[in-house]
This record gives sequence, C-alpha cells and structure tokens, in this order.
Amino acid sequence: MKVKISTIVAHVVALLIGVVWILPVVSIFMVAIRPIREVLHGWWNFKEFHPTLKNFVEALNHPTTPLGRGLLNSFIIASLAMITPVFIAALAAYAFARFSFPIKTYLFLTIIIMMAMPQQMVAIPLFQIMIKLGLINTYLGLILVHTAWGLPWIILFLRNFFLTLPIEVEEAARVDGASDFQIFLRIVLPMSLPALLSVTALQFTWVWNDFFLALLIIYSPDKLVATQRIVWMKGKYHTPWDTLCAGAVLVMIVPVLVYAILQKYYVKGMVGWVIKG
Amino acid sequence: MSQKNTTPLFFLAPAVILIIVFVIYPIVQTLWLSFLSPKGEFVGLRNYAQILRSKEIINSDRFPFECPPWGALIHNAVWIAIHLPLTVFLGLFFAIILKDVKGASIIKSIVFLGMVMPMVVGGLMAKFLFDKDIGIVNVVLRFIGLHSLADISWTYHPETALFATILIGVWMWTGFSMIVYSAALAAIPREYYEAAEIDGASSFRKFIHITLPLLKPATLVVVVMTVLWELKIFDIVYVATGGGPGEASMVLAILMYIKAFVAFNFSEAAVLATLLTLLTLLPAIWIAKTAVGRK
Repeated sequence: MKVKISTIVAHVVALLIGVVWILPVVSIFMVAIRPIREVLHGWWNFKEFHPTLKNFVEALNHPTTPLGRGLLNSFIIASLAMITPVFIAALAAYAFARFSFPIKTYLFLTIIIMMAMPQQMVAIPLFQIMIKLGLINTYLGLILVHTAWGLPWIILFLRNFFLTLPIEVEEAARVDGASDFQIFLRIVLPMSLPALLSVTALQFTWVWNDFFLALLIIYSPDKLVATQRIVWMKGKYHTPWDTLCAGAVLVMIVPVLVYAILQKYYVKGMVGWVIKG
Repeated sequence: MSQKNTTPLFFLAPAVILIIVFVIYPIVQTLWLSFLSPKGEFVGLRNYAQILRSKEIINSDRFPFECPPWGALIHNAVWIAIHLPLTVFLGLFFAIILKDVKGASIIKSIVFLGMVMPMVVGGLMAKFLFDKDIGIVNVVLRFIGLHSLADISWTYHPETALFATILIGVWMWTGFSMIVYSAALAAIPREYYEAAEIDGASSFRKFIHITLPLLKPATLVVVVMTVLWELKIFDIVYVATGGGPGEASMVLAILMYIKAFVAFNFSEAAVLATLLTLLTLLPAIWIAKTAVGRK
C-alpha cells in the first residue's frame, strides 16, 4: 500500500501542533514538580532531576493564602452554582419551547442579549446591591450572581434542545391527566439528561474558572476562591514560581478532569448553542 | 382556561426575577451613573466627552509610531486586529490538518486545554513563558538570534507587554475556533467531494469551491464569539501585567475596574462600562437574531 506524502506531512504537522500547544502546560508542570534550584536556569535542564511533591504541599498550606482552603471554597461555590441555574433555566427554557404567551419573543431576545453583556456593566451597582442585601463577602451572594449570569446561555441551550424532543410523548401524558409541571419533571427532564449534563459540566467549569465576580464579591482571606488565591500568591515584587506553578496545576486540574471525563458533553455544550443541529 | 394562562408565568418567574435583580437592574443603574457627575448631578454626555478625549482611552500622541501605551480602546482594537485573524486562521488550519490524522482527538484535546483552564492561569503563563531567565519563548528567540526580544521579560516592558498577553490569548482561544470548524467540517456530506472527484477536481479546487463556502456560517460564529471575548478580556491582563507597565497593556475592562474600585470614580467607570457594552452590542444582536431564527 502506498502512503501519500500529504498524509505524512499532515501527521508531522499535527504532531508539531500538539508539541507547541502543550509546551506552556508542560512548562508549568515541570516547575511545579521540581525543586526551584533545579529550574532557576530553565526547566529544560535535566542534568539534575528530582521530582517532588513539596511545592504542592507548600501551595496547599501557603502561609497567607492557603490554596487548600481556596479549592474547597471553589468547590462548594461551583457545585451549588451549577445546580440552581440549570434547574431554573430548564423551567424557563421549557416555557419558551412549549408555551405561547404575550411578549414571548421580546423576553427571549432580551435574555439572549444578556449573554453577551460585559460583567463590568453591572459591577458597581451589583457591589452596592450586595451590601444592601447583606450578601457582600458571602458564598450565597456569589452563588446567586453566578446563577443569574449563567441563566441566559443555559436557557438558550436547553430551549433549543427541548424543541428537538418529540411533543407526542408530552401530549400523551397530558391526555392521561398529568399537569404541566409533572410533565416537565417526570418526562421532559429525564429525556434531557445528556443536554443537562452538557450545561452542568460547562457551568461548573465556568464558575470554577471565574475571577471577576469573585473579585467583586468575596474579599475576606478565609473565603477567597482558588483563582483569587493564585493571584494573591503571585507576590508584588518577588514571584515564587515554585509554589505558584504548583498552585496553577492544582487549580487547573479540576476543570481539566471535568473536561476529560465529560468530553463529549462538554464539547456539545460549547458548540451546541452556537452551531445549528 | 384562566389557570392555563398562568402556567408560563410559573415556569418563567424564577429566571426572570434573578435576571432582573442581578443583571438588568444593575445595567440600567450603571447607564444612569454614566450621566451623573461624581457629586451626583446630571451632566448629560459630559463624562463621555471627557473620557473619549482622555489619553487613557486613545493616546494619539503615541499611536501608532511609538510603543504603547496607546490607550485602552486602541489596545482592545489591537487585540482584535492580531488575535482575531490568528485564532480564526489557526483554528481552521488545525481543524483541516487534524481531520484525517490518526490520534487527532488527543491533539485536539491538547489544543482545547486553553479553553478549559482558568484564564488567571493564562495570565501566569504570559509572565512565565516570556521571562528572560526561565521563559521557553525567550530561549527559542535567543536560539534564532532575536536577542533584543529574548533578553527582556516581556510583561515588564511597554514595548512587549501587550503582545505577550495577546499571544497567550491566542494559545487559550484557538481551541474554540478549532472545535467549531471541526464540527462544521464533519457536517459536510462526503458526496459533495465524491461528485467533485468524478469531475476531476483537484484538492485545492475542492477546498475553494466546496469547503470554504460551506464553512461560512461557522466562520461567522467564530468571528462573533471571538470579538466578544477580545472586547471583554480581563483575567489574563489583570494577572500578567495589571494593565501595565505604565498602562502599556491596559484594556477597557481593567481600566473600568481600576476607575471603580481603586480610584472610586464611579462616573468615569460607568462611562467605560457603557462604552464597552455598546461595543459588544453588535455581536450580541447577531447572536440574538440567529437564536430566534432557529426553530
């Protein structure tokens, strides 16, 4: 069998792409797992190579901003801020997919446009609202804001998914006397599990990766989320690359794992609401 | 029948209330703030005139012939001018190359890593990869003889800081454009190519006459989402440079944050936020139009 030259070229180029694109991650990883004196003149020197977990332990127990606590905080916030918006958005999406009511199109348009809003546009009033409601510097405050900001794209995604479901099943249930809410809860939601998994995975990683909203709402040292701590650990004058890289690995490992495990759903969520079909 | 009419209300209420309280009401409030002086008097568009004339936004003394700072608005434009074509082109190129390659899914996952991880880590990478001592980019630059670029830490110098953040942005965002193009390529029916082959079309002609036209909707999606991302860029710059040195990598979103929460000048901050929102409105309306059009 003859192998075409273009096939070989494609494979070589593909390999090159992979190498170049993984280099930044490898750089961070190499500094994270080695003593700082070994990498002072570049992590690509392997004359000495003593892998260690010391940097990770130091990042987790950092004296001023322990990352361990930050990971826990992020986990609590991201877990709650993925469940509430998915359920609330599913309710709204079902209304947009199945019911007709006045101003439906305008309401839908308004919600979709909110998807593109820069968060800076709400920063000052949001800060003031949070103070008035006594929610500043609380997890509940941050979770509520993440919920509200997650709703528009989840509504759009789920509404498009609900439109593809066969309406006959729902109509049959209605004939049997089921209420709209029962149909939604017992028939529509179970049929939508793949779509729900997609939005949940994406919403979790977005909340986990968020920095701006946390910066706005959370400020006391014990409550800071993981991304904030990475920034705080950076130091003003001296950059402690060893603990910082270890911290970066710990913070990125969580969304990377979510992606690795739920890859199919993750990419569907990403592409699904921007591409037809 | 009257009970039936309240059903949509019941389904919509939680979402609508949350969006009004935490999104729409604050937006209106910010818009209103942008017309007030710091003392709270209504001054119409005076804040806008003041901001648009300030060197922090557009620095025509320095742009384009001297190094940054060029002003935050220009910097956002530079982001778009460099980052948009690079990510669109690279994403398309990667998607095409990886279409028929063994192990492509692994390489796609690697390219997509930047989309998955927190942008604050991207900011760290900008500092780290372009460091004069431990940066891999600087080593490569030294190797090919570009010493003037290799011997400085990019994020500490006004000539390079902006470009370090933009290049990291390319690394992070190319995964998005690649994924969208891959999905679009996979959706093109094989028969189109087979028919063209029967007519004796070359690979190049097939690409120009079949692939490219069919990728138009995907390109539109990539361009719109990428421009939105570039306009709203915050985390990478905040961590890598904080907008510095001397505002040389400042962007609108960061300048707004500094005006609001460091300088406590709410009027100017509100103007900046509103300007940023106006810029995102065009892509936003496009998204809304396609979303409603889909039935």
